[in-house]
Amino acid sequence: MSSVLYDTPGPRARRRNMILSVVFAALLVLALWWIWQTMADAGQMEGAKWSPFVEGQAWTTYLLPGLGNTLKAAALSMIIALPLGAALGIARMSDHRWVRVPAAVIVEFFRAIPVLLLMVFANQFYSDYTAIESDTRPLYAVVTGLVLYNASVLAEIVRAGILSLPKGQTEAAQAIGMRKTQVMTTILLPQAVTAMLPAIVSQLVVIVKDTALGGAMLNFTDLLNGRKTLAANYANVIPSFIVVALIYIVLNFLLTSFASWLERRLRRSKKSTGVVLGAEDVEDLNAPGEVVGVHGVDAGARAGGDVGKAP
Amino acid sequence: MFDFLEGYDVLGAFWTTVQLTLLSAVGSLVWGTILAGMRVSPVPLMRGFGTAYVNIVRNIPLTVIIVFTSLGLSNIFGVNLGAADDFDTKFFRLAVLGLSAYTATFVCEALRSGINTVPVGQAEAARALGLSFNQVLTLIVLPQAFRSVIGPLTNVLIALTKNTTVAAAIGVAEAALLMKQMIENEAQLLLIATIFALGFVVLTLPTGLLLGWLGKRLAVKR
Repeated sequence: MSSVLYDTPGPRARRRNMILSVVFAALLVLALWWIWQTMADAGQMEGAKWSPFVEGQAWTTYLLPGLGNTLKAAALSMIIALPLGAALGIARMSDHRWVRVPAAVIVEFFRAIPVLLLMVFANQFYSDYTAIESDTRPLYAVVTGLVLYNASVLAEIVRAGILSLPKGQTEAAQAIGMRKTQVMTTILLPQAVTAMLPAIVSQLVVIVKDTALGGAMLNFTDLLNGRKTLAANYANVIPSFIVVALIYIVLNFLLTSFASWLERRLRRSKKSTGVVLGAEDVEDLNAPGEVVGVHGVDAGARAGGDVGKAP
Repeated sequence: MFDFLEGYDVLGAFWTTVQLTLLSAVGSLVWGTILAGMRVSPVPLMRGFGTAYVNIVRNIPLTVIIVFTSLGLSNIFGVNLGAADDFDTKFFRLAVLGLSAYTATFVCEALRSGINTVPVGQAEAARALGLSFNQVLTLIVLPQAFRSVIGPLTNVLIALTKNTTVAAAIGVAEAALLMKQMIENEAQLLLIATIFALGFVVLTLPTGLLLGWLGKRLAVKR
């Protein structure tokens, strides 16, 4: 076993790696032992603190309804944000200045401010100006906050997806006499949507994680909030945190795996142009900034430029 | 018109946000670099730990981590970071710890992709000179990797700036918490929200522009 960074270990290196492994393992075991001891001292290892998770009561009363709300908020946000994001993304590429500039301002503004601010604002706004009842208000506020933020992130994903398509697609469509709208709706968007799928699924992970903000700050009855009521009943702070964290991890891991499976599949497929927006691109798009580039395409362009400059 | 601002320390709240951001940025940069080193190291156990840590922590919502630092780390495990009696300092430090632990996973992944952009010949040449793994990593590969990931790290920093608002969940008196209090007590909802939103635009936009420019200047030309 070797890598570019180190040689295949000889006898001395193998001994050193062995020692490092043992020391590191000892540290890990020590840390785990300390965690175990402290939990035992605090009474968190007793059977009664864990049994609710086996008996099912904790699930049916607290965790599953919470998880349901988390998924509901995430799904609603994505469904509402997608068309909005597509509209904003396309508007940002418009030929008309009075469409392009406002769209750009909206997208950059909402990407620059924290989701929590948007949620808190929406919550107060609904309480002051609408008749939405106080028990459904947190859901509305969470979804509104997430939609405002994610529509602008999705707008950038859509824009990056369309910009990543080869120029020949537009040119060929124009050459056979298609109008601008036709080029967008029949040629560019369908291809861009396929290229964007992995990025959209990856953004779902971000949305799922952000729903927890509502649970902590707005009393939205999501998974994190379900944990609070659960722990208040059984006094099992640590076990409940571990179980809830595991649920989030499994859920997000499934979404991430699905996204990378999609990405691999699309990269292999011969039908498309082979342009794919992956998870990495999404991470970059979640921060505001004027530069939008697909990793692969960008790198290719740069390499091409260098070749041109070479003496 | 701005009477409602009296009695509220808006600048102080944003200063707390900036402090949270800077301290967590340093913490996550250090811990993230160590994690990245572990993930490419010749010791299988360290590689496994690095991979497991990144994949676990990245998939837990930051809110859960921050709330856990207070209810779990502080209350059950007794980790008070040297400020058991001073609640403000304690929660501030716990928030920095949580933010660093979470953001480090993104720093680690950015650095790892940066390490992949360093041409193979660099590491091979270094090994041919007889440099050890530590020397190859710290003298040859990481300096080049850092310069090529200033862009991605800037995005992580901006995301971190926005993420510091989550510290409001454990009562750290930063911008989002003050905004929540203000809009609950004062009537000027839109005005207050605009002030805080602009505050964050002012914090995040110049960071992106400045570091984006720096990233282009410092990138290793190939």
